[in-house]
Amino acid sequence: MKKMKLAVIGNGMAGIRTLEELLKLAPELYDITVFGAEPYPNYNRILLSPVLAGEQTVDEIILNGLDWYAENGIRLHLGKTVSRIDRVKRQVITTDGIVEDYDRLLIATGSSPFILPIPGKDLPGVITYRDIHDTECMIEAAKHYRHAVVIGGGLLGLEAANGLKLRGMDVTVIHLAEWLLERQLDPVAAGLLQQSLEAKGLQFRLSTQTSELLANDAGTRVAAVRCQDGSEIPADLVVMAAGIRPNTSLAEAAGLACQRGILVNDTLQTYDPRIYAVGECVSHRGMAYGLVAPLFEQAKVCANHLAFMGIGRYTGSVTSTKLKVTGVDLFSAGAFMGGDGMEEITLSDPVGGVYKKLVLKDDHLVGACLYGDTADGTWYFKLLREGRKIAELRDTLMFGENNIGDVGHEGHNKAMAMADTDEVCGCNGISKGTIVKAIQEQGLFTLEDVRKCTKASGSCGSCTGLVEQILMNVLGTDYSDTPTKKALCGCTDHSHDEVRKSIREHHLLSQQEVRQFMEWRTPNGCASCRPALNYYLISTWPHEAADDPQSRFINERAHANIQKDGTYSVVPRMWGGLTNPAELRRIADVAEKFNVPTVKITGGQRIDLLGIRKEDLPAVWKDLDMPSGHAYGKSIRTVKTCVGDEHCRFGTQSSMKMGVDLEKMLFGMYSPHKVKLAVSGCPRNCAEAGIKDVGVIGVDSGWEIYVAGNGGIKTEVAQYLCKVRTDDEVKEYSGAFLQLYREEGWYLERTVHYVSRVGMEVIRQRIVNDAEGRRALFERLLFALRGAPDPWKAQEAAGVDWKQFQSVRLATSAEGALS
Amino acid sequence: MSLVETRETWIAVLALEDIPMLGARVVEGAAIGPVALFRTEDQGVFALRDRCPHKGGPLSQGIVHGHRVTCPLHGWNIELDSGEAVAPDVGCAKRLSVMVKNGQVYLSKAELTGAP
Repeated sequence: MKKMKLAVIGNGMAGIRTLEELLKLAPELYDITVFGAEPYPNYNRILLSPVLAGEQTVDEIILNGLDWYAENGIRLHLGKTVSRIDRVKRQVITTDGIVEDYDRLLIATGSSPFILPIPGKDLPGVITYRDIHDTECMIEAAKHYRHAVVIGGGLLGLEAANGLKLRGMDVTVIHLAEWLLERQLDPVAAGLLQQSLEAKGLQFRLSTQTSELLANDAGTRVAAVRCQDGSEIPADLVVMAAGIRPNTSLAEAAGLACQRGILVNDTLQTYDPRIYAVGECVSHRGMAYGLVAPLFEQAKVCANHLAFMGIGRYTGSVTSTKLKVTGVDLFSAGAFMGGDGMEEITLSDPVGGVYKKLVLKDDHLVGACLYGDTADGTWYFKLLREGRKIAELRDTLMFGENNIGDVGHEGHNKAMAMADTDEVCGCNGISKGTIVKAIQEQGLFTLEDVRKCTKASGSCGSCTGLVEQILMNVLGTDYSDTPTKKALCGCTDHSHDEVRKSIREHHLLSQQEVRQFMEWRTPNGCASCRPALNYYLISTWPHEAADDPQSRFINERAHANIQKDGTYSVVPRMWGGLTNPAELRRIADVAEKFNVPTVKITGGQRIDLLGIRKEDLPAVWKDLDMPSGHAYGKSIRTVKTCVGDEHCRFGTQSSMKMGVDLEKMLFGMYSPHKVKLAVSGCPRNCAEAGIKDVGVIGVDSGWEIYVAGNGGIKTEVAQYLCKVRTDDEVKEYSGAFLQLYREEGWYLERTVHYVSRVGMEVIRQRIVNDAEGRRALFERLLFALRGAPDPWKAQEAAGVDWKQFQSVRLATSAEGALS
Repeated sequence: MSLVETRETWIAVLALEDIPMLGARVVEGAAIGPVALFRTEDQGVFALRDRCPHKGGPLSQGIVHGHRVTCPLHGWNIELDSGEAVAPDVGCAKRLSVMVKNGQVYLSKAELTGAP
C-alpha cells in the first residue's frame, strides 16, 4: 500500500517532538518531509541561554542530528522557507520552488520576536533573541563592543542580559513595566531579583519606554537608545526582547482561521481537517503558550490523532516559571499575584534573600511565588496542578515537602545546594553531575526521560523530588512536569482510576477484555500494566475473575522471594509473631536438610530461610508444614505484636490475641502494595504500631486505630483514625479501611501514598462516620477472602503453576547425552 | 528441515505445552549454562541464555510481553528474538536457535554443547 504523505513546516521543538511521538505510535504510516528555515537540525532552543552565557556550545544542544532524520526515513529541507500552502492541490511550496504534496500537514512555525516599531529598528547592531544565529551575533558583538541594551525585562530579556554581562559587556535593561518579570513575579520577589542582578553588575531602567534608536556618526551601526523621557543610553548592541508573536502569516494566507495564533481544537486540528498545528504558533482555547512543557503535551495528543488512534484531548496547560540565570533562584506558578477571594501566606527574609508567597483559594493552592529557595517549587506545582485539597497541610505547607525523613541521599533535600559529585539516587549510585550531564547532552525533558536514561529515581523513588528539582534547575521554565493525569503505563493513556472504573462499571473479567475495551497499544501489555490489571481484576471481581500467574511478578508466581543470585527466600507464617517448639524444630530440620546458608529473624517477627533453590521450594514447604508467610507478595505481610496483658505488667489489652485474630482474618489478602500491621497492648507501643499501614494500640478503655504509617523510604507516622471499644470493632474498622484501599488504591501505591492522595478527611468520613458504608466494605473484604487458599498447601486451588519447579535437565553430561 | 537432519543436529527438550503462554521454562545441563525457553502469545518460541546482561538475573523468571521479557531483578527489557537489551540499556543475552515441530521444542545440539 502506498504510504500517506505528511509534511511538516517547522523544524523546531514542537514539530519534531510530534514526529517523535508519532514514530513511536505508527512508524510506518507516513512518508515524512520536514521544512526548516534555519540551517540546523532540530536543537534545544531552551539551552540558547547557557550557550550565550558560555556554559554550553551549539553542538551540545542539538537534539536530533541529521542521522536521526536519515534513520527514520524523513526528508529534510534545511534552510528552506515555505512561501505558500495550496490547500486545494494539497501542496507546500518553498520560496525557491520546491513543491511537496501532502495528505496531512503539520504546521509548527513557532513564533517571532516582536520588533518595536521605532525609528532605527533596522540599524546594524539591533537584533532579537530567538535562534542560533541571534546567539552567535551576540557572542560576536561581545568580542568587539562594550555597551549593550536589552529592551524587555522578561525571561528572555534577562537571560540575554545575563549572558552578555558574562561575556564582558556593560548591560542595561530597559523595561516598560514597574517591576521585572511582571508576568511571573510579584513586586516583592521582583525587587529581590533586581537586587541580586544589580549585584552581578546589570543596570535597570524600569517604567521606561524606548522611543528611538540612534545611529553612530557614520550611520553604520546603532550607537545609543533614546528613552521617552529624553535620556540616552550608549548602545553598540540592542537586543529586542519585548515579547513574541506567533508566526501565522503562512496559515492566514492559506485561509486558515487565526486569532493571535492558528486556531486549533482539542485535537490540535485547524479549520482544515487535514491540517494540524502545534507549538508557539497555535492559539488553543484563547491561549498561546511559549514554554516547552505545554508544547510537548500538545505534541503527544497531535501525534495520537495523526496516527489515527483518535484518543486523547489537549485541554490546556498550567505553566510554571523558572529563570535560567545561574545563582538566581526563582519560581512562580498559577495566580501568584493573589486577588479577590484569595488568601496569601507569606514568608519574608530580606536579609537571607528568601521570599515565599503561597496563594490559596477555597482550600486549594492556586498560586506560588518563590525567591531564593525554590526547592519546593516542584511540590507546590504538583499540588496546584492536581488541585488537591490542602486543608490538612495548611499549617506546614510553607515549610515544604521535604521537612522530614527521606533516606538514601545523604540527607539532602535541596538539589541546588548539592555538589556535582553528591549522590542523588542512593539505589543506583547516580550523582547530581551525571543527571545534569544527561539532561543537557541527551536532551531530556521529563522525569520519565531521566529515569530511562540514568536510572536515577527509578528504583525506590525516594529521590524523585530531587531529580525533579534538578530538571527544573537545568531546564528552567521549560521543565515538563509529570502530567496531572498519570497514565497507567506506556501501553495506554488511561489512568489507574479510569482503568479501575471501566473494570467495575463494565464488568470486565479478563485482561484481554480490558485491553480491547480501553484500546491498549500493545497486544499483551508490559511488565508494568500486567500485574496491575491482574490485581484490579481479581480485587474488583473476587471469585469471578481468574488470576493469571504469568501476569504476576516472579515472587508472587513462585510464592517465594527471588534473591540476587536467583535463589529464593522462604518465610513461613507465624501468626502474630508467635511460634512453638515443634515449628522451630521443623524449621531447624529444613535448614539443615536443604543446607540453607542463612537463617534470619525479620523485622516483622518471622524467620527467614535464605538461599533456597527454586526446585527445592515444594519440598521445603512440605517439610515446614506451616502456612505461607506471603513475605513475597503485594499482600498482607505480617501482624507484629507485643506481649500484652497476658504477661506484661504494663499491658492493658491482649495484643497477641488481637494480632493473631487480625492476621487470620486477613490471610491471603492481595492489595495494591504490601500491607503490614502491628498491635501494641499499651501506649508504650513496643510493636511500633505508629509506622504501620494499620497500627492498633491498646488503652485501658479499648483500642486506638492508626492508619497509613510507613517505616520505609519515607518515614511517615500513622494518622489517628478512631478509638473503638471491642475486638470486633477493631476488625471491622481496620478491615474496612484495608478494603477501601484495596478498591481505590493504585497498584504499587502504599497506604501512606493512597491516604495522602485522597486525604485523611475522606478516610474518616467513609470509615468512621458512614457506619453503613463501613460495614459494606468490611463485608466485601470478608467475601473476597472467603476460602483464600494457602499456596504452599493447596497449590491447585491457589492456581500455582507447578511445572515451574521442575526444571528440564539435559541428561548428565551434555556431550554424552547428545551423542 | 528434514527428519534426518533433525535427529542429527537438534535435540528435543520439552513439549510446547510445557511452556506456559507468556511464560518460560528453564533447561539445565547445557555447557553454556541454563537456557530459558519463552513462549509468546503469537505462538513464537524463543531461547536465550538464562542470564541478564545487566547483573546475571534469571530471565526465565521475568514477565513476558510482546516479544520481550523483563528481568525480575532490575527490570531490564530484553528482546526475545535477538537477546539485545532494549534502549537505553545496552547488553546482550545470548540467543539460541529453536525449532518447534509437532508440538515438540528442539534446541540446537551444537549450541548446547558449546561446539563451534
